[in-house]
Amino acid sequence: MSTATYLTTPPTLEPTIDGSEDQLLEISMGPQHPSTHGVFRMNVVLDGERVVKLKPVFGYLHRNHEKIAENETYLGSMPYTDRLDYLCSITNNWGYALAVEKLAGIQVPERAEYLRVITGELTRLQNHASLIGFLLQDMGSSGTPLMYAFREREKILDLFEELTGSRMMCNYMRFGGCRVDTPAGWLDRAKKVVQEFPRFLDEYEQLLVGNEILMERTQGVGVLSKELAINAGMSGPMARASGVSYDIRKVDKYSIYDRFSFRVPLGAHGDVYDRYMMRFLEMRESLKILNEAMRTIPEGPIVDPKMRIRGFRPKPGEAYGRIESPKGELGFYLISDGSPNPYRYRVRPPSLINLTVLEDMCLGLNVADVVAILGSIDIVLGEVDR
Amino acid sequence: MNLETIKSELEANIPGCRPEIVLNGSPSAQNSLLVDAEHAVAIASYLRDASGLRFDFCSNVTGIDWPSKEISAKVKVKKVIDGTEQEVEEVQKTMTPAYLEVVYHLFSQELKQGPLPLRLRTQDRDSSANLPSLTPVWRSAEFQEREIFDLFGVIFDGHPDLRRILMWDGFVDHPMRRDYVNPDDYEYEPTAHDDVLQRANQHLREVGGR
Repeated sequence: MSTATYLTTPPTLEPTIDGSEDQLLEISMGPQHPSTHGVFRMNVVLDGERVVKLKPVFGYLHRNHEKIAENETYLGSMPYTDRLDYLCSITNNWGYALAVEKLAGIQVPERAEYLRVITGELTRLQNHASLIGFLLQDMGSSGTPLMYAFREREKILDLFEELTGSRMMCNYMRFGGCRVDTPAGWLDRAKKVVQEFPRFLDEYEQLLVGNEILMERTQGVGVLSKELAINAGMSGPMARASGVSYDIRKVDKYSIYDRFSFRVPLGAHGDVYDRYMMRFLEMRESLKILNEAMRTIPEGPIVDPKMRIRGFRPKPGEAYGRIESPKGELGFYLISDGSPNPYRYRVRPPSLINLTVLEDMCLGLNVADVVAILGSIDIVLGEVDR
Repeated sequence: MNLETIKSELEANIPGCRPEIVLNGSPSAQNSLLVDAEHAVAIASYLRDASGLRFDFCSNVTGIDWPSKEISAKVKVKKVIDGTEQEVEEVQKTMTPAYLEVVYHLFSQELKQGPLPLRLRTQDRDSSANLPSLTPVWRSAEFQEREIFDLFGVIFDGHPDLRRILMWDGFVDHPMRRDYVNPDDYEYEPTAHDDVLQRANQHLREVGGR
């Protein structure tokens, strides 16, 4: 098994047998590689099967989201945030709505906060479920695990479709609340999905968690130290797998997360296996939040009645708002100059910043491990390239 | 976390630095600290390592373009009109200086505090748009500073790998600047096909085909 000796400092090249460097092979993984989940390329330099250098290449999906948003009204950018991380559109909406609410000082009614927590945690469930499916698919367990995960994801997407009208591009949040209230019986159906979810987790853990091949492929692979994880800006499950105890739901206590009792799982080794297990543990904690939120959701308005949608012009100033999205810290930085459009609109994409340490994690390992490591970071190229 | 105390602590510990507090008019009340480029790396290291601050997590790095803007203000001027001194209102027009700004949003994971927005400004937008890179202090700035270089044109001195990140290498302009204009034919890229087509046409002309 590969051990993590080359993690913070790049390895010095050992001289090849004849003293030349022409045994190095540079290959281009991507942009159409199935393990990249989109169009993403890595220039990998190999010595035999060992990775000695790895440079990620981005920009295949770049459409300058930030510039488009600067030429659009504040509300006009809301549907476009769906397209950032297209697996979790609701948390993207939430991050943007939170930043605008900070910028303009808008209050959110009680029921809307509950709906945000419920839909946000459902998004986390479906993101983590599909991620573990993708990761196992990347590592060669074709078909079955991915389809099991997608079966559960479908149930949540059906709930989203019923609530918002769209399965993936939900466009659900508004400044100061949510767009629509739940249809009749929706909460009961959501409760049923949540109650059945632990069965899927048990089944899935029984299927593969103790699998010897999986453990051999992932344990001790792609180790990320705690110090580097903090310094390189890792967030979300990536950081927590390395033992960084930092969950924005606990630290910032945004929305109403201080009312629910849940724990923040931490990894001990920071390898691919820890990151994989982190998703299972986080899903179990999300289920606790969901059960509590669905039991205690109050009646009431879902949007601040004083909020004016037409002619929305925040006072000049700036705000940085961030939430714990399933991928990590999703932040929006907005500068208003008093006009209907933001002067500056910036997305802090967790996927892009989590890729900073990709090279550090891969150096010295085999090329097949790169696929597992990349899969465990959980990137979505719509967000990386923006 | 009080910006005033951070400012005086910085002034006491880093000789010669002049941090300024930039107030923020929005309800978020996230005021920021403007530091000079000369002492930026020393200030960043101090903010990261000092025991009461420990800003170990640099979350967000972003650029802002502030082009020169005309500001007109009414000023009362004393003038001699028809032999008598009178106060006349005149409109004075001044141009604000143009610069690029880089904002680092700092958090402390150890002390659970933040955000502290740290601002750096370039001298102008063209010839001396240089700033020191803070990637040696916080690795998380690596890709984000590359992005600012790519989209805004700020040159980060001391960055380990300053290349374009989102646009392709042959691209010349900086698309996030306020005065950037889309070219009409932005989808046009010279490819090998044009060379081949030209040679084919020449061949056809030579043999008298067209």
